Amino acid sequence: MARLTFRGGIHPYEGKELTKDKPIRTVMPKGDLVYPVSQHIGAPATPIVAVGDHVLVGQKIAEASGFVSAPIYATVSGTVKAIEPRRLATGGMCNSIIVENDGAYTEVEWPKMKPVEQMTTQEKIDLVREAGVVGMGGAGFPTAVKFQPKEPDRIEYVIANCSECEPYLTSDYRRMVEEPELLLNGLKIAVSLFPNARGILAIEDNKPDCIAKYRELTQNDDRIMVKALRTKYPEGAERMLIYACTGREINSSMLPADAGCIVDNVDTLCAVYRAVAEGRPLMERIVTITGDAVADPCNYKVRIGTNYRELLDASGGFVREPAKIISGGPMMGFAVFDLDVPTTKTASALTCLTRDAVSEMAPSACINCAKCVDVCPEGLIPKNLADAVEHGEDARFLAEYGMECCECGCCSYICPARRQLTQLIKGMRKIQLANRKKK
Amino acid sequence: MAEMMKVSSNPHFRSKVTTANIMMWVIIALLPAAGVGIYTFGVDALIILVLSVASAVLTEYVYELLMHKEITIRDCSAAVTGLLLGLNLPSTVPWWLPIIGSVFAILVVKMLFGGLGQNFMNPALGGRCFLVISFPALMTNFVTDAFSGPTPLAALKAGENISIMTMITGIEAGTIGETSMIAIVAGACILILLGIIDLRIPGSYIVSFVLFLILFGGHGVNGAYLSAHLAGGGLMLGAFFMATDYVSSPITSKGKYIYGVILGILTGIFRVFGSSAEGVSFAIIIGNLMVPLIEKFTLPRAFGIPKESRKGAKA
Repeated sequence: MARLTFRGGIHPYEGKELTKDKPIRTVMPKGDLVYPVSQHIGAPATPIVAVGDHVLVGQKIAEASGFVSAPIYATVSGTVKAIEPRRLATGGMCNSIIVENDGAYTEVEWPKMKPVEQMTTQEKIDLVREAGVVGMGGAGFPTAVKFQPKEPDRIEYVIANCSECEPYLTSDYRRMVEEPELLLNGLKIAVSLFPNARGILAIEDNKPDCIAKYRELTQNDDRIMVKALRTKYPEGAERMLIYACTGREINSSMLPADAGCIVDNVDTLCAVYRAVAEGRPLMERIVTITGDAVADPCNYKVRIGTNYRELLDASGGFVREPAKIISGGPMMGFAVFDLDVPTTKTASALTCLTRDAVSEMAPSACINCAKCVDVCPEGLIPKNLADAVEHGEDARFLAEYGMECCECGCCSYICPARRQLTQLIKGMRKIQLANRKKK
Repeated sequence: MAEMMKVSSNPHFRSKVTTANIMMWVIIALLPAAGVGIYTFGVDALIILVLSVASAVLTEYVYELLMHKEITIRDCSAAVTGLLLGLNLPSTVPWWLPIIGSVFAILVVKMLFGGLGQNFMNPALGGRCFLVISFPALMTNFVTDAFSGPTPLAALKAGENISIMTMITGIEAGTIGETSMIAIVAGACILILLGIIDLRIPGSYIVSFVLFLILFGGHGVNGAYLSAHLAGGGLMLGAFFMATDYVSSPITSKGKYIYGVILGILTGIFRVFGSSAEGVSFAIIIGNLMVPLIEKFTLPRAFGIPKESRKGAKA
């Protein structure tokens, strides 16, 4: 049963008015393009081009190196300049293919596609895998793997995650407003992979225009329905979304498929459509350039691999001194210390803020106010978990379900003592996951 | 970029609510009760409130200075403790009594256990109970120029007639801050509307207390008797401002209800069967001591963890 909401959560400042009404602009890269070989969860892709090779738009430059992996395609034409480690927005270094853009955008010859209706399920999934489609909401899980659960017959819902609960981000919203057929047809393809599935467009009720529009577009389609969810962060977190849409709960060691669900984000479904119906690999995405430090905040259709700085320049650069630059949104994004990083398949936004709320206040003593308990969507006691981390009590951390944390950041957001709750819990989770691997 | 940007782990947003402004709001919410107290008991009451607040803040400051610790008086928590203690004193007490009470509350109950967040009981109530035990005559002298009779609850216990109306407005004998039900509830409403406190603890406290009175009070469902108990004594002040003290109440949601019920039953026992007419302070202090146990047994089930496998996940 649909609850349309979930327990806990917060209502942070949304900041979406900055870019919500700005149509998507296309930005053409001028400088070099950087393609990290690891833009997804799973094995890094293996480069199949050498330095000096000439590549075309849509040419595969790195191929998947395992079942859970994804190939990478050139998004401009030009010459491979180097294959070397480069800095990512997430902070680490990653082996990357660097292509010098010749500015001609010469494309490969696109394959002739047969009509989608005549394709078999396996053909469609193969096309999705070959196109390098991964979850573009941030996790980067290869979509073709998601489309092959153990028991496809038991999938009841394919949920299009249109909630976009992260503050400031409007890339999904603009896509939904401007290219509804792309999203709907992508969802229809995904639904067609599962004999017993229905499609759900899960839209937060802060986008009433989208809800009305998609209700109208799907009124004659009994396999697709629209669910208006109550606006709250983190509605778009997979586990919360499944609960809000179906009333089913899954924990950290389960997959959405265990609840009969497949969840995909807006851009991902659009990429699925392009891969299956048009034979185009994943080459572009919508990126929101926003924040009060930016002269002209806007949404861009970006060729993946474009440098963040070029996007910022397209938005007129900084109008005020930025205090913090975030790849992604303020709740889940990664703070970057340098703008010279490439956009990847999972880069949804660049948020440039003139205020850094975090460094303004030092953590103080916990007053046991229980606000973290009340907002935790996972039903945890963040205060106890953070205490366990500070005291090095691994056993207590595990016993109180520390591994169930989805790192949404609600507890750190709400904490009046400004404790780094999410950060402490996140650190311990990493340690525990690494320990699991060792065993 | 020549200069590197600051980085930190997500989230990069924080709500505007801080410890200091929560404490400020608690002080603001206590002002109606303090105001009625000063109106009713005159300038004596004002002097006592000022003394208890000032000595509480000063004690914390001096202690931290001597111990070379960070000065934390700006978080206003010491001021809240001082104010609550002052509101719990009769206006007739000598000037040194609030000072002793505040020093005990801050130094012994709060700072010696590690300061804010570490005290196992409500400091203001700890201070008050210390004073009640040490100076019982002074602490129960409610005779002022305006009022010569006993407090309404004492009168009720002795079988005399009482006026509900004066208990609700607060123009009657009692401690400075406890007499006016209407002022206390108005202050509590501010805190509830701001989301600083909620009704889980006060609600279950008051409901279970009323049920206890109906069952064991000896008057059955008697409107006058019940409303006298609700409006009289420290129940309202205790339920809304002291039982809800963050530090000394349970963190779990279920725990909050259980804690409220325990307080309701204890208050009922103390008021009906005890020797004194009052019982709220001791009920809350004993409730405070049970908090670690309550929290331990009310750990919530995490999202997505099936009910039956809960023990298995722990092993």
